[in-house]
Amino acid sequence: MEIPKELKYAKTHEWIKVEKEMGTVGITDYAQEQLTDVVFVELPQIGKVVSKGEAVAVVESVKSVSDIYAPVSSEVTGVNKELENNPGLINKEPYGKGWIFKLKMKDPKELDSLLSAEEYEKTVTSDR
Amino acid sequence: MKLIFEKSKPGRMGISLPDCDVPEKKIEELIPKNSLRSELRLPEVSEAEVVRHYTKLSTQNYGIDTGFYPLGSCTMKYNPKVNEEIAELPGFRSLHPVQDEELSQGALELMYNLEKILCEITGMDGFTLQPAAGAQGELAGLMMTKAYFEHRGERRTKIIVPDSSHGTNPASATLCGYESITIRSNEKGTVDLKELKKVLDGEVACIILTNPNTLGLFEEEILEITHIAHKRGALVYCDGANMNAFLGIARPGDMGFDIIHLNLHKTFSTPHGGGGPGSGPVGVKKSLVPFLPKPTIEKEKDRYRLDYDRPLSIGKIKTFYGNFGVMVKAYAYLRTLGPEGLREVAENAVLNANYLMKKLKSYYYLPFDRVCMHEFVLSGKRQLEEGVHTNDIAKRLLDYGFHAPTIYFPLIVSEAIMIEPTETESKETLDEFASAMIRIAKETEENPEIVKTAPHPTAEGGRTHPSTKGGRRRLDAVTAARRPNLRWKKLDK
Repeated sequence: MEIPKELKYAKTHEWIKVEKEMGTVGITDYAQEQLTDVVFVELPQIGKVVSKGEAVAVVESVKSVSDIYAPVSSEVTGVNKELENNPGLINKEPYGKGWIFKLKMKDPKELDSLLSAEEYEKTVTSDR
Repeated sequence: MKLIFEKSKPGRMGISLPDCDVPEKKIEELIPKNSLRSELRLPEVSEAEVVRHYTKLSTQNYGIDTGFYPLGSCTMKYNPKVNEEIAELPGFRSLHPVQDEELSQGALELMYNLEKILCEITGMDGFTLQPAAGAQGELAGLMMTKAYFEHRGERRTKIIVPDSSHGTNPASATLCGYESITIRSNEKGTVDLKELKKVLDGEVACIILTNPNTLGLFEEEILEITHIAHKRGALVYCDGANMNAFLGIARPGDMGFDIIHLNLHKTFSTPHGGGGPGSGPVGVKKSLVPFLPKPTIEKEKDRYRLDYDRPLSIGKIKTFYGNFGVMVKAYAYLRTLGPEGLREVAENAVLNANYLMKKLKSYYYLPFDRVCMHEFVLSGKRQLEEGVHTNDIAKRLLDYGFHAPTIYFPLIVSEAIMIEPTETESKETLDEFASAMIRIAKETEENPEIVKTAPHPTAEGGRTHPSTKGGRRRLDAVTAARRPNLRWKKLDK
């Protein structure tokens, strides 16, 4: 299971890659493995304003349907259109071509409440 | 197997109709041109072909009449045939929904009595039979919750659901305009009182609980839960999907629940799962009776009438009066069993579940190891270490002639296998199922490949699941979902 050191993580299994006040969000390798083959992704509208922990997108796999939550309060600035035709990218490259949306943060201080790679690893290995 | 459309031969007919005894008119004279189609694309086949086609299709099905169906949470128990016979009596079957009250007294009486029996079983004060299924019952229950608080002039915006809840619970709350708050279960698998107290503020309209919950565990602190909810002015809703676990033994009304929906098509043995339709009556305590959907059925002396004059009612939620045929079947079931029989239903449902749980728990991980109610949840965690997923175990069961249990639900157990044997199965059936499960656990260690590639068209033991006959293998669920092929032939534009 891959957990890149440079990313921040939410307990709900999203990762966020931060560049200044902009961020890219996807789901972790662990999450895609749990979901199994992703068959459909419902992307948010660009411009949608969400608060931390609010559902933004939906990922559907053969096994289940899961909400994807905003790791920080933000405005959606971009979506990965590629996933509409090729949802399997989330399984193949969860941290790369399988990204889900881009956002502009409202309050970068909220990042402090997210988990580091080490902390995230602990939460997934203690999952029941 | 070919589709019926593929068997079509131009000009072939099942029957020939006699000549019309009134002068024939051309269709073009009766229907405007733009509403006419040149071709209907109906299959042209003989009667024998139709009968063979559909008879063959019916044998491809696996149902409760063909075998054991341990589908946890969905209660697939055997549905006594006497219910069908009673529902087919001409007086019930041929009744027209717009027939007036005077000519529908028998039907009204049956509905009235059914409501009263359900009140007695659940400890509620009033019932509506209108909702067509559990989910619609839930929605009706929450609409009544909303109407209740609006009438009192209270603004409440939140609904609390546990993380083990049925997916319909937060969905109904959202549909009703509420924000749903999920609380984590404790290590015993039940509601965490501390967590509940943290989120239970004056904005909470209702707590929705399934009791026993989806792990098949009884909420032991239910009295405390309903007490603190009421202290905060909130209502408590019982998702009565699992009522079969304590039928005739305990009553949700006595536990402090204010609203409950029942699934007649589960607990009260009317067919479902494609054989429905369903029925999801909702019961309420006195304070909510004025908000019940209208019309209600009232009795005056020995006459029954429909009461539409109910100013606080949330209105009608189903055409006519609900799925009447289903009510007849449930009523027949209730009257056949009587109070003692109903109690035995619950006792045997719980006994059967515990028997199976005990037999299987040394082969499969049991996350909540305590006495269960009518169902229990195993985890395929141990098998996963050999690379075998719960999905594979479910598919392998088909090779042994059983329908698979519910898998990957509830969401709080990884690799969940949810088993509900129901009270209608014999010890022999339970033993056969247990030995199949145990064999699969052993195969996982000795020959995991056979489990990973199941089902097999030529399963050993000669008990092949009908759907795998004729060389059918595991379906490619991923491609089916990513590139669904829903038509046998493209429409010519």
